[in-house]
Amino acid sequence: MTVAESQALTFDCETGNYHTFCPISCVAWLYQKIEDSFFLVIGTKTCGYFLQNAMGVMIFAEPRYAMAELEEGDISAKLNDYEELKRLCTQIKRDRNPSVIVWIGTCTTEIIKMDLEGLAPKLEAELGIPIVVARANGLDYAFTQGEDTVLAAMAARCPDKAPVAQTEKEERGLSKLLNFGKKKEEIVQEESEYVAHPPLVLFGSLPDPVVTQLTLELKKQGIKVSGWLPAKRFTELPVLEEGYYVCGVNPFLSRTATTLMRRRKCKLIGAPFPIGPDGTRAWVEKICSVFNITPKGLDEREAKIWEGLEDYVKLIRGKSVFFMGDNLLEISLARFLVRCGMTVQEIGIPYMDKRYQAAELSMLEQACKDMGLPLPSIVEKPDNYNQIQRINERKPDLVITGMAHANPLEARGINTKWSVEFTFAQIHGFSNARDILELVTRPLRRNNNLKDLGWDKLVKEAHV
Amino acid sequence: MKLAYWMYAGPAHIGTLRIASSFKNVHAIMHAPLGDDYFNVMRSMLERERNFTPVTASVVDRHVLARGSQEKVVDNITRKDQEEHPDLIILTPTCTSSILQEDLQNFVERAQLDAKGDVMLADVNHYRVNELQAADRTLQQIVQFYIEKARKKGELPEGKTEKPSVNIIGISTLGFHNQHDCTELKRLMADLGLEVNAVIPEGASVHELKNLPRAWFNLCPYRELGLATAKYLEEQFGTPCVDITPMGVVETARCIRKIQQVINAQGADVDYEEFINNQTLYVSQAAWFSRSIDCQNLTGKKAVVFGDSTHAAAMTKILSREMGIHVVWAGTYCKYDADWFREQVSEYCDEVIITEDHGAIGDAIARVEPSAIFGTQMERHVGKRLDIPCGVIAAPIHIQNFPIGYKPFMGYEGTNQVADLVYNSFTLGMEDHLLEIFGGHDTKEVITKGISAESDLSWTKDGLAELNKIPGFVRGKVKRNTEKFARERGIGNINAEVLYAAKEAVGA
Repeated sequence: MTVAESQALTFDCETGNYHTFCPISCVAWLYQKIEDSFFLVIGTKTCGYFLQNAMGVMIFAEPRYAMAELEEGDISAKLNDYEELKRLCTQIKRDRNPSVIVWIGTCTTEIIKMDLEGLAPKLEAELGIPIVVARANGLDYAFTQGEDTVLAAMAARCPDKAPVAQTEKEERGLSKLLNFGKKKEEIVQEESEYVAHPPLVLFGSLPDPVVTQLTLELKKQGIKVSGWLPAKRFTELPVLEEGYYVCGVNPFLSRTATTLMRRRKCKLIGAPFPIGPDGTRAWVEKICSVFNITPKGLDEREAKIWEGLEDYVKLIRGKSVFFMGDNLLEISLARFLVRCGMTVQEIGIPYMDKRYQAAELSMLEQACKDMGLPLPSIVEKPDNYNQIQRINERKPDLVITGMAHANPLEARGINTKWSVEFTFAQIHGFSNARDILELVTRPLRRNNNLKDLGWDKLVKEAHV
Repeated sequence: MKLAYWMYAGPAHIGTLRIASSFKNVHAIMHAPLGDDYFNVMRSMLERERNFTPVTASVVDRHVLARGSQEKVVDNITRKDQEEHPDLIILTPTCTSSILQEDLQNFVERAQLDAKGDVMLADVNHYRVNELQAADRTLQQIVQFYIEKARKKGELPEGKTEKPSVNIIGISTLGFHNQHDCTELKRLMADLGLEVNAVIPEGASVHELKNLPRAWFNLCPYRELGLATAKYLEEQFGTPCVDITPMGVVETARCIRKIQQVINAQGADVDYEEFINNQTLYVSQAAWFSRSIDCQNLTGKKAVVFGDSTHAAAMTKILSREMGIHVVWAGTYCKYDADWFREQVSEYCDEVIITEDHGAIGDAIARVEPSAIFGTQMERHVGKRLDIPCGVIAAPIHIQNFPIGYKPFMGYEGTNQVADLVYNSFTLGMEDHLLEIFGGHDTKEVITKGISAESDLSWTKDGLAELNKIPGFVRGKVKRNTEKFARERGIGNINAEVLYAAKEAVGA
């Protein structure tokens, strides 16, 4: 693996011996996002143990998720899957009354070939509650891809016709009579703020404040967001008609994108992702260009954000960063950090969908050229052991990595940032760019404070 | 299938990994899908470990599912052998690999042909044993492997050490306060004039294992981990085992007397009575503490205890026997060892609860409303919800239960630590109540105390206002009694009148 300046991005693929979270972890943020859902993870003690430990204190808040823990009788098919799931789901319905139960298939259900997709419609009809099946297992997927499998399954549940008649009926009713003049004015005014364009639905689970921010960002350009997949509630899933436009907000949503295109006949806007001010701007511009809108005021908006970031950028400009790779946000983050003036030594990534991430990849290439920085090598399915050898050789100023390696690297005098924080922090849109840098610079700022103490290497033998 | 979102003991492979990563220069390779290496995160985070956790995965993916692991596992073992030169590589099956039913033993044998180090398959069944049982089994398996290896090579040392000596068995990674207990036990052994022959598995090298038979006796401080090994050594070499947990003043004395008996039987001539007496009365503060006025105030206070067998049993005895606290129920999640637990605690508590269901434990706490809880992190959170203080005495635990300061639970310093833990739990509770009685910070909303079921009754504004006037420590009880009263009479809305009617009905 050479650091030599190459003309194009290089792609490597290693052994896949790397550390990442199991994709079932997506229940942790999705159950919070979709307020009327209940996630049932059908797996073993191993799955449960992971969730219990990875979720930390969340587990004590009576979360709307649970394990359907498989026992020996389930594995050997002594027990009837359908009856067992029916018993558990009936209990969930009784205790929590959710609007949807999401079954998360795991490695075990794959291996014993439990036909979740077949059982769900039957049980759904019997219980009268939607059951969505997502196979978010460690055999096929890594970490954030779990959300991708859930959203791809949800995409099938989006209504395919707007309930036009009903809204009109309601408006003709009493409430409209009561505040007739005022309401009409508001609606007219509201509509006039938007340019006429085909409906646009965004996909990707984001915290509500970020949803509002991005929606408003597009509103400034006269673009109306007709809906989000997922919405705050399962009952509010957006309408998806043939010919609607869709655009992703996260780099790990390739299955969802594919499903929206192939199954729902939507048109995908392939844009870079709204991470960092550069990414946000390119994202908005791309959507505008598809709708033939000339974007307004983005130059100033981006410049202003960069200005506000300068105190943080100063800390990382000219420094090097190494992504070990575990959550698929790596390309977008690397691209933003290149814009900040960082040299990216390596981008490890679990899975690289070159088609879905095409715009992001070319933006990364462009950023390196513009900044006069070497192009990084992209390592798919990395091998953590080899990566640590490379880290020892190249001594990056910052390693973005999982918790399994963070403390050992710190003890060897290497600055680290825990990668999982990027999935839970608010990093999308113009105003959250600062949060990304807050995370990236934290180890550097902390270690600046301690650097005079001479406590860099805290292991006796430097053997790794 | 079982509906659950919390478990007290982890899956079997965690136990095996705890043993593997406790030894020096032993590497574990998990036959597992991507993401199952979460153990590394736990070790690195909870123990703030400076070194890379010696656990890697031989990843089971779609290809493995379709064609079998083929060379993959063998390659991963030999690769790790060359990269890190471990003394031993333990191939660790997971729940996934146990359903695949690949011939892992065959992989181990093939890998052994090329590997310089030893290679072994952890012999645990995922659907039959939990973390603790697997750890116990794996430790025994490793010890047996190296004893037999030494025996074959004729390297097994003859006879015992010159001076009385001990193997301390069961100290491990991610064990509750294990590091501190180990230091304290070593100190205790030194005070008793005993040599420590070996501590396993923590920090031990597998090459030392052949020396285990040289010890005069084995000390197993934890019920969950080490007994299988001690039993094996007893069968093979007749080494007696002391399995009394030296936790609490009385039990520590009992443990020391047992040690005295065991080594005197082998020709030593020691009398530890003077030592025990001196420690108990003047060195450890716990005996004096239980006599002091403070502890008098704890008399008859209600407590509940839940945890692993070792800690829950020891704690129950300390509370009841040494502090005069009323243990309403004591419980353990070590279902497989229920008989032992019952026998240990029956005379020290009103009721024994054996369950792995955290919901049942939560309800049992809500039902008896103790003044303090001694349990795991789960019970601590139940306590938070019910406004009852909790001292954490057993795994599962969080990072705050891996203190950097010296906090053993065993030996004489352990008795001091436990006394502080108990006392702080109770006084904090008392202070809180006094504040509430004297109107300190009574602006809180009344929270529902039930753990599982939602209340089907509603409270009117004046009803709630009256309820809020009742001191915090009895409010929960009053609320429940009132609701019971209302339910029995079919009253849907509870106002102040209903509340007082209920109060009169119970004659309070």
